[in-house]
Amino acid sequence: MTVPNLSAVPDEAPSAEQQPEREKMVIIAASGDLDKAWPVLILATTGAAYGMEVTVFFTFWGLGIIKKPDAGITGDDWRQKMLSVFNRGTTEHLGLSKLNFGGMGPKMMKDLADKHKVASVQELLELAQQMGVKLWPCQMTMTLMGMERDDLIDGLDVPAGAGAAISLMKQSTINLFI
Amino acid sequence: MPEVTVDARGLQCPMPIIKLSQAISAATSGQLVELISTDRGSCTDVPAWTSDMGHVLKEQREENGEFHFLIQKA
Repeated sequence: MTVPNLSAVPDEAPSAEQQPEREKMVIIAASGDLDKAWPVLILATTGAAYGMEVTVFFTFWGLGIIKKPDAGITGDDWRQKMLSVFNRGTTEHLGLSKLNFGGMGPKMMKDLADKHKVASVQELLELAQQMGVKLWPCQMTMTLMGMERDDLIDGLDVPAGAGAAISLMKQSTINLFI
Repeated sequence: MPEVTVDARGLQCPMPIIKLSQAISAATSGQLVELISTDRGSCTDVPAWTSDMGHVLKEQREENGEFHFLIQKA
């Protein structure tokens, strides 16, 4: 009779990287406010640190977070152009949802973040990309605001819609709307 | 003794966990990784992350306002 070789049984839990099916996390980033973009990217990077497959879906004002710094005025329609002037987007020009004071609020907030070594929105966005967080621009918002793929930063996933977002959220453990 | 030390002193949430996760990813199974942080949030974040990820928190102590954690990779 053969004795089962117990030592041959793997005794280690596979690490997150090795698991074929990773847990999913989806964040809908619908706001272009600095105080919303920050938690979006803090949670996205932390989810990635948990070994989760994280997707951030940027829609409406949230699309501004992933706008290229040199995108300039976007759109053909005068209303789209006006939107892009008054809502410049890019991680540099996000305002605060409260106490914005025409840009003084965000300036003070960013100075404080620097002082206390809180990673900036730009740093967290780059970190998220390095950690494999998927960044999805919303196609409908792009069309609405007259933004082309070239107006957005590099390394994004293919623009998607609500159908793809719901399909992913159905399989996802954590779904957030920020 | 830890084989790898992650110095996250002065950094705020979520950076201590991000740096720890990167160091653990690079480590081999059974290796000890030390994290030093000054972010008080680490006291709850690090044990939560470590146990959720299946690693072992061998030691946690506060010393002169710094938080030391010793984690063994699963």
